[in-house]
Amino acid sequence: MMKRRDFTLALGAAALIGPQSAVALTESSAERLISNLVGDINRVIASGKSEKGMFREFERIFGNYSDTSYIAAYAMGVDARRASTSQKRAFSKAFQTYVARKYGSRFREFIGGRLEVTGVKKVKKWFEVSTVAYLKGQSPFEVTFQVSNRSGKDLFFNMFIEGINLLLTERTEIGALLDRNGGDIDKMIAALKASA
Amino acid sequence: MLWASTRNRLTRHKVFCWGILLLASSQFGSVARLCLLIGAVSLSGCAASGPDLDPHNGIYDPNEAANRKVHNFNRGLDRTLVRPASKGYTSVLPDEVEDSIGNFATNLGTPSVGINSLLQGDMQGVGLSATRFLLNSTLGLFGLIDVASEFGVDEHDTNFGETLHVWGATEGPYVELPFLGPSTQRDVAGKVVDLFTNPLSYALDSPESYYSPAASIGSGLGTRGRYADTIDSVLYDSADSYAQARLIYMQNRRFELGQEDQSAEIDPFELDTQGF
Repeated sequence: MMKRRDFTLALGAAALIGPQSAVALTESSAERLISNLVGDINRVIASGKSEKGMFREFERIFGNYSDTSYIAAYAMGVDARRASTSQKRAFSKAFQTYVARKYGSRFREFIGGRLEVTGVKKVKKWFEVSTVAYLKGQSPFEVTFQVSNRSGKDLFFNMFIEGINLLLTERTEIGALLDRNGGDIDKMIAALKASA
Repeated sequence: MLWASTRNRLTRHKVFCWGILLLASSQFGSVARLCLLIGAVSLSGCAASGPDLDPHNGIYDPNEAANRKVHNFNRGLDRTLVRPASKGYTSVLPDEVEDSIGNFATNLGTPSVGINSLLQGDMQGVGLSATRFLLNSTLGLFGLIDVASEFGVDEHDTNFGETLHVWGATEGPYVELPFLGPSTQRDVAGKVVDLFTNPLSYALDSPESYYSPAASIGSGLGTRGRYADTIDSVLYDSADSYAQARLIYMQNRRFELGQEDQSAEIDPFELDTQGF
């Protein structure tokens, strides 16, 4: 458990250092990444920007803090094996916008609420950072981030909201979108762009 | 978990049957109710066989075709009735009134939470729900105000579906119920039994006995309205709303029950991300 004062300190320190600096992944660097992320999300929520402006901010945040290539590759699943390099690149780009929009509109429900980092634990080669979301008129609920330095940087590669897992949810969605387009990757990317 | 080890399987079943008898004899006089209970419990399949989980999502859904038909029905019902009604409900009622109706419904369900906690051997849950019910029914003006949460007595929620889980019943196949939505065979049995686990339903005469279902409907509409964007995005924006609703329900339910989930298998170092 992290005390609020430590949390504020960590946030301050993280603001100075930024998310990219850590080389070795440690409990404190994983926690710092998420504290920073939470700080950024809370700032966007509090900014009172237009919906469009918020989505742009969330897309930037998603790009800065998450392992976007891993999340995109996971979401595409086994179909990635038959995708060309340009298809992978186009998918990755469309997917980032789609995710920012989808989860960004979820965070809109966070207006007047906040996320707090509550703990961190090591799991195999990565870390799990627990946070609690306090929303208006709702019992607090758990949001967990998984952080790794697979890419050479500390980045989160998965997120759970009350046990609901971003990677599995998006793999199901992309799989369904592929089925709907007769397995055609280009058509699936176009549909993803249209939905975002 | 209380009776987790397989060594205790026999004991567990004995306790399980004893619990059912106790429930039946103390609360429900009539033979018909007892039959319904036993039927519901055997439906849950105490000794259901190990199912073939889909390797992609870890879900056992042998009745997918039938479930999809129900899903389409539910989606139509939501689009034509529930969604517009919830919009009206949340736009007409001020947030405070909605919260009060939600609190009232939750409070009426608290005795059932207490009984299920007892059946699970969860004494902390029993204490929490008893304290909450007493505080909210008195200081909270018949449950309209959740004073217990303000005093730091956190909400505790459970149901007979969880009791069956604690007693060792397996999850069973995934089921989508008409009107009620995603569930599992075990939770369906739990829902049937929970119609009878609330002592209030025996203590109240009409019209008070209708307060609870009426408040539950109101509370449900309030929830549908409050999470409108999230629920809309699952039902209407996803490429396959059936698969999405199923996955979300199963992950969240297993999380609530403290079960290990499929994602434990995800290892970020074991995937080729070249090109992404």
